[in-house]
Amino acid sequence: MSQPSAIGIDVGSSSCKAVVVDRDGALLDCHVEPSHPRVEEQASRVLAKLRALAGVEHLPVGSTGYGRKQVTGARPLTEITCHARGAFKLIARAGVLVDMGGQDTKVVRIGPGGDVADFTMNDKCAAGTGRFLEVILDRLQVKFDDVAALVRLAERAVRVSSTCTVFAESEVISLIAQGEPVEGIVRGLHQALATRVAALVGSDMAGDFFMSGGVALNGAMVEAISASLGRPVQVLPTPQLIGAIGAALSVL
Amino acid sequence: MIGRRVQFELATWVAGPALAAFERAKRARRGERSTSQGSPFGPPLESTRRLKELMTTHYLAGRYADGAVPVAWVTSGFPVEILRPLGFHAVYPENHAALCGVQRVVPELSDAIEREGYSRDLCSYARADIGSLTTGKTPVGRLPRPDLLCCCTNICQTVLYWYRTLAAHFRVPLFVLDTPYVYGEAPEHHRQYVRDQLDELVSMAERVAGARITAEELAAVIGVAREGTRLWGQCLEQSRARPAPWTGFDGFFHIAPIVTLRGTEPCNAYYRMLRDELTDRVARGIGGIRNERHRLLWDNLPIWFEVRALSTLLAERGFNFVCTSYTNAWAEAGSKIDPADPLGSAVDAYTHIILNQDLPNRLDVLRRLSRDYSVDGAVLHSDRSCKPYSIGQIDLRQRLARELGFGVLLLEADHGDPRAYSPEQAEGRFAAFMESFS
Repeated sequence: MSQPSAIGIDVGSSSCKAVVVDRDGALLDCHVEPSHPRVEEQASRVLAKLRALAGVEHLPVGSTGYGRKQVTGARPLTEITCHARGAFKLIARAGVLVDMGGQDTKVVRIGPGGDVADFTMNDKCAAGTGRFLEVILDRLQVKFDDVAALVRLAERAVRVSSTCTVFAESEVISLIAQGEPVEGIVRGLHQALATRVAALVGSDMAGDFFMSGGVALNGAMVEAISASLGRPVQVLPTPQLIGAIGAALSVL
Repeated sequence: MIGRRVQFELATWVAGPALAAFERAKRARRGERSTSQGSPFGPPLESTRRLKELMTTHYLAGRYADGAVPVAWVTSGFPVEILRPLGFHAVYPENHAALCGVQRVVPELSDAIEREGYSRDLCSYARADIGSLTTGKTPVGRLPRPDLLCCCTNICQTVLYWYRTLAAHFRVPLFVLDTPYVYGEAPEHHRQYVRDQLDELVSMAERVAGARITAEELAAVIGVAREGTRLWGQCLEQSRARPAPWTGFDGFFHIAPIVTLRGTEPCNAYYRMLRDELTDRVARGIGGIRNERHRLLWDNLPIWFEVRALSTLLAERGFNFVCTSYTNAWAEAGSKIDPADPLGSAVDAYTHIILNQDLPNRLDVLRRLSRDYSVDGAVLHSDRSCKPYSIGQIDLRQRLARELGFGVLLLEADHGDPRAYSPEQAEGRFAAFMESFS
């Protein structure tokens, strides 16, 4: 069996993801839990858990995500770099990575050598991110696991604005009051978000598209982005862990 | 009038330099050193002391200027050379607003006028200055009351409304120099339109000052301004060397004399001193940062309240902004003015400035700077407060990245208002951008 060689921890705005990889960067163990405001404490606890899982006390740690600098003893790197490294490990070629996380949506163009050739991300406002979806779905009392099935049920998409999460929430309430079907609203939300992702991608459509981040677990979102871009988008295995894997690869 | 004139002259020649010396001594007593051990920056520029002296004196003299000499408030892109022979003390509200930005007082000044109905979406320079006027609060002690307001539309349209507000406040004449936007080259009828306005400006300025401009005096000032521009250009060009002898962010501060004192001898004397110091640093291989690994281009105005933090963040990782389109603009515009044809050449110079020219020209400038200064990346500051400078940056970013094959970061911020800036997000983008170089 492969020996544990490094730990990667991705302290995101929604969840904290941690992985143990072997010397080839293959995933051995992982742990995911919702983010806690006391990042340092949570990171120490999660790292202890991972060390116990790995059965090794001393392993190099790479950290990423919003709380990366609060992880004691870790080498901090941004999500851009880590997602690119994690993704390149799996795709082994150039491509365009769409990472939809809790409060960032990033489009990273990965060069043929795994380098970050270019990146764009939402600035100032988190209306086009996972948190947007989370807030509205919560308001509609739709569970994350039921979303894809619900979207498939929709006969048509109800137009929802994506300018502001707070405004969209009240817009959705008024749509419900007008008798619009929930599934149509949810489908409309997905389309609204997908157009924002397409805007981040811009006019340069060269290369194959891949997706990482927790939102990639939502098949309906992947379909909407794919439709908006007009090309297939391949979801990477364990999309939620790509950043943490990239962080671990950086300290191997 | 005579007593006021004596105060003004004393402030210029005695009190200003004395105050600067006192401030310097105070800093020395506090033991302020910008390059303590472990600092990522090279040794501080000696010229900075003289810069502080020059600007302290300028603002101190300004306190006593009204009643002593004619006073004009002018926009940065205004042909101030025409006012100089008449003895005008020129006040630059934009420079004053930049000082407010550095000292992080813009939110307080802006709050005051937002309560009166001014929108937060207005330029933070305009908000800072109008707020300063309304509250009487300013980091420079006092700005002299103007006798004449001069604004030129070559930098933006906001100045038109801003200066109309000033005119209503002070009840003094306002001269608006309208420079049509240039696509490619300015056509003859545009030039004539601007030229006619310059003739009107001469009459108006003479009427306000109660004096006449002679052709010789005007030619002399134009000559001094052209020389000042040339010297500033030479200062900037020193950064073509590796390592660059100073940082682009240093340039943001050393730009003050070419903006506010253009066409005066003290301005030129200062830039001779700075150029010589920079040339010497190049010869001795002294860098603006200790370990220059990557060279970057900066587009747009600085984020005044964050210059130090950002330059440190970058310098610590071996990144230096070796050129900026903003500081470069001051080396280009004035080079067209010519003592042989003062007004005709001023038309050319003040019409063809970067913000009054189309996007292909902007791309040309960025492309040229990138090559001349051998940069390996660029940061385009999308400035919430400066729409004319920020428009088109998404396309510029794509073109630059594609043509020159390097990383280009688009950074959303504001030149004066920290409320429109998220340090955490910006730092994250910078960190990711810098990591992409490794």
